[in-house]
Amino acid sequence: MIRLDKRPQPSRAMALATPLLAVLATMVFGGLLFAVLGEDPVQSILTIFWQPLFGEFAFYYRPQLLVKGAPLVLIAMGLALGFRAGIWNIGAEGQYIMGAIFGAAAALAFYPLEAWWIFPLMVICGGLGGLLWAMIPGLLKVKFGTNEILVSLMLVYVAEQFLSSMSLGLLKNPEGFGFPGSRNLQQYASAHNAEIITGSGMHWGVVAAMIAVIFAYVLLTRHRLGFAIRVTGEAPRAAKFGGVNPARLILFCLGTSGLLAGLAGMFEVAGPAGQITLDFNVGYGFTAIIVAFLGRLHPVGILLAGGLMALTYIGGDIAQSQLGLPAAAIQVFQGMLLFFLLALDVLTNYRLRFGAAEVA
Amino acid sequence: MTFTKLMATAALTLGLATGAFAQEKTKVGFVYVGPVGDGGWTYEHNQARLALEEEFGDQVETVFVESVAEGPDSERVMTQMALDGADLIFTTSFGYMDPTINVAAKFPDVKFEHATGYKRADNVSTYSARFYEGRAIQGHIAGSMTESNIIGYIGSFPIPEVIRGINSAYIHAKKVNPDVEFKIIWAYTWFDPAKEADAAKVLIEQGADVILQHTDSTAPQAAAQEAGDVITFGQASDMIQYAPMPRVSSIIDDWAPYYIARTKAVMDGTWTSTDTWDGIGPGMVGIGEISDAVPAEVKAEALAMKDAIASGEYHPFTGPLKKQDGSDWLAEGETADDGTLAGMNFYIEGLTGEIPQ
Amino acid sequence: MDLSVINPILLLAALMSAATPILLAATGELVVERAGVLNLGVEGMMIVGAIAGFIVAVNTGSPAMGFIGAAAGGAILSLLFVFLTQVALANQVASGLGLTLFGLGLSALMGQSYVGVKPPRMGDLDLGPLSDIPVLGPILFSHDAMVYIGLLMVACVWATLKYTRAGLVLRAVGENHDAAHALGYKVKRIRALAILFGGACAGMGGAYISLIRVPQWTEGMTAGVGWIALALVVFASWKPWRVLLGAYLFGGITQLQLNLQGAGVAIPVEYLAMSPYIVTIIVLVTLSADKSRAPGSLGRIFHASH
Repeated sequence: MIRLDKRPQPSRAMALATPLLAVLATMVFGGLLFAVLGEDPVQSILTIFWQPLFGEFAFYYRPQLLVKGAPLVLIAMGLALGFRAGIWNIGAEGQYIMGAIFGAAAALAFYPLEAWWIFPLMVICGGLGGLLWAMIPGLLKVKFGTNEILVSLMLVYVAEQFLSSMSLGLLKNPEGFGFPGSRNLQQYASAHNAEIITGSGMHWGVVAAMIAVIFAYVLLTRHRLGFAIRVTGEAPRAAKFGGVNPARLILFCLGTSGLLAGLAGMFEVAGPAGQITLDFNVGYGFTAIIVAFLGRLHPVGILLAGGLMALTYIGGDIAQSQLGLPAAAIQVFQGMLLFFLLALDVLTNYRLRFGAAEVA
Repeated sequence: MTFTKLMATAALTLGLATGAFAQEKTKVGFVYVGPVGDGGWTYEHNQARLALEEEFGDQVETVFVESVAEGPDSERVMTQMALDGADLIFTTSFGYMDPTINVAAKFPDVKFEHATGYKRADNVSTYSARFYEGRAIQGHIAGSMTESNIIGYIGSFPIPEVIRGINSAYIHAKKVNPDVEFKIIWAYTWFDPAKEADAAKVLIEQGADVILQHTDSTAPQAAAQEAGDVITFGQASDMIQYAPMPRVSSIIDDWAPYYIARTKAVMDGTWTSTDTWDGIGPGMVGIGEISDAVPAEVKAEALAMKDAIASGEYHPFTGPLKKQDGSDWLAEGETADDGTLAGMNFYIEGLTGEIPQ
Repeated sequence: MDLSVINPILLLAALMSAATPILLAATGELVVERAGVLNLGVEGMMIVGAIAGFIVAVNTGSPAMGFIGAAAGGAILSLLFVFLTQVALANQVASGLGLTLFGLGLSALMGQSYVGVKPPRMGDLDLGPLSDIPVLGPILFSHDAMVYIGLLMVACVWATLKYTRAGLVLRAVGENHDAAHALGYKVKRIRALAILFGGACAGMGGAYISLIRVPQWTEGMTAGVGWIALALVVFASWKPWRVLLGAYLFGGITQLQLNLQGAGVAIPVEYLAMSPYIVTIIVLVTLSADKSRAPGSLGRIFHASH
């Protein structure tokens, strides 16, 4: 009989060791999966984890890790603040879409005017788009006590339909021969979120993600508000006695996560993606939830988790191309990684006890 | 800043060079928008890739990545293939257009082929199929066979490609049956079997006894089969498992001849940037076998039309034709130019309803 | 535009069949949520059910066996969720999302050799003279067995939750797991069973798509139905009969939209497509004032501290 005993304090050692253990376990079981599919397991694992970082063309893939990881980290950072306080925004995908639409619309309204203030305006509009979209569940929760998990999730679908309407209608490129999709912002200098240093993968979204991590770290460890967030999550009653205003906290957490998701969408549409299309959103908003948990809701953890997730995407595509692994196998592999990380986290907060259950 | 740039460029060129020296095989990459198991668009591109391997055997090596999102992911996948030494890369979705152009600019020695787009470069060709030629034959069979005079049409998105197909089918259905009426439902998806099945059922309930589809799943075929006296046409792939009824014929995307020809051109060093828009003649659009459910004389007419189109003798958009609003489009004997066809955003006179905007 | 071409009888009949996949999945998820667990992996369990049912049906030649296989497939996948959330005490939101990711990949691997295969047909149930009743006959009595099983499932869940001891215990666990534990109920065991039931229902819902609605297998064929089922449970404010109503409403909006298009009415499709979600939010808001709200312990992790 195995039983779990709650640790008085989460174990630091375990918090550091479990992610490594999980990655190892994924390599073993993932390798088995690849072997079953008829691939060389060692080769497959090396292709996914080693090639993008240290392979022959790492000079290209390393910057790509930033491109792929930045939106994940930016969104996850905002979500984690809320998750810590027990406020569940799972609609970041919708906020990401709205940020992109608002940001792109701001630029396209002035096309083809070239001016220095266009990009800053897009940043403001993009952030605002996400913020407003997240404020809907926020205000409803504060005002009516409506469950924010469900409202934010519903708004994802509303945003997706809105995106489809925009790419087929209002924002459609007038010179695009009737095909859906907006003008490409990469070809509009004032609106283009270009790499700051060519070939480095560093665009303003990466910078924003870095700032968000630092900001969140300082907020959580040094600031009164961060303290309020942590207390509310861990002991809601104590927080109330401690003078935390729950309504304000809810609006702050949802607003911040919406703002960051909106910014992520805006930086993406103005840079790597370039245009609003029917399939603009590729699930960053949902993957970011996974990233937030993989990072144990800790700023540094999220940074690492975002990198790890980006690595499996990039490495997964390489493995598909070089080894002919089906995309589905990569998906299963990512699922495994997530399961192991989630399952092993139990060791951080609990101790395994072997032997007969004591009679309480 | 310049130093990093220099490094990056040098490294890219280096990567390219090692790729080019290390191989004697011609390496061909394919970027797919859906899974190879979608039974439609991506499935047919992958069949053509297999045909390519069959044709050249050891002389080629093909690689592919499936379900690649349009945008930065596709750009990365193309770059990765180029870095790994691909000589020729086929990017098989409209949304890959700008990424293809971006990557092609970085790898001047790698050839790119982008499906259904309109942007080209020295090392980027575009190719697309004149599916509307097949639609003309479908329209003819549909118009001849319908008894309710109602033809249902499941559209994906209101874009020129789809509108062209509707117009072509309508013109030829109307020619043999002046009373014919088209009911058009936009599914707003390329692939959602449940929704396509629903759309087909609705059309059948509203009296349609022919269903034409511009979405990729076989769901409408199954719906028609269940309804009984309804005929359909396979889309993208042959969908032969539904023959002889309800599927009486099909339009097949046959990319194999083009892929083989272009790969050959790379091998021979004769590849140049072109814009290919091929139809039945060169074999890019295949017409699936017309089943016995079609009356013999209709079948003969359909085959005659197929031959006439293939030989270039007949163009499906031949005047006199008017636009929906009654304005003149093509005069007697005049044929549509490719530019107008490529951007077609209007219905032909007689079609009811508006194109959603 | 000619609205007379829309036949309300056929529209309603189509609705009953179109609503069945979401009805099955949502009924299962309702039980899960009433037990206090939020499983966002419905889409994953549906698609695994769709392929599991397809494989079994093709190989046995029996659609009925297919549905049993689908239920088993969905339940087996949900076992992973049980392990993660009940044994390893992992976060339910993340585990559910992971389950969907994993399920989509797994189903594609399982289905590789089943693309383009035609499954055996499940015929309509022969209800004799009932189906000859004018109007009601075609609407209510001319469907395949699964439509009725779906309805029966709703009735059973309703009766069980409302009148039986098991239902009472399940609700107690969902409302306040600490109190339920103090009363001596096995919180984890009850939740595990609820999750398995939810998985089985989702699996059958998926198989309804792959075996009856479409019928074929293609990757990703559930195309987001699982997420609609999740919305539906909320819309229904965790009440079984309202799930039924909601399933018809959600399915009905799509049906109506397609019918109107066929009749030549120019409608903004995107805005109509987002309406069910907006309605759900409005329902949520109005419910917040009402006493029928979410189960008290929904989504919270339970660990017996003594």
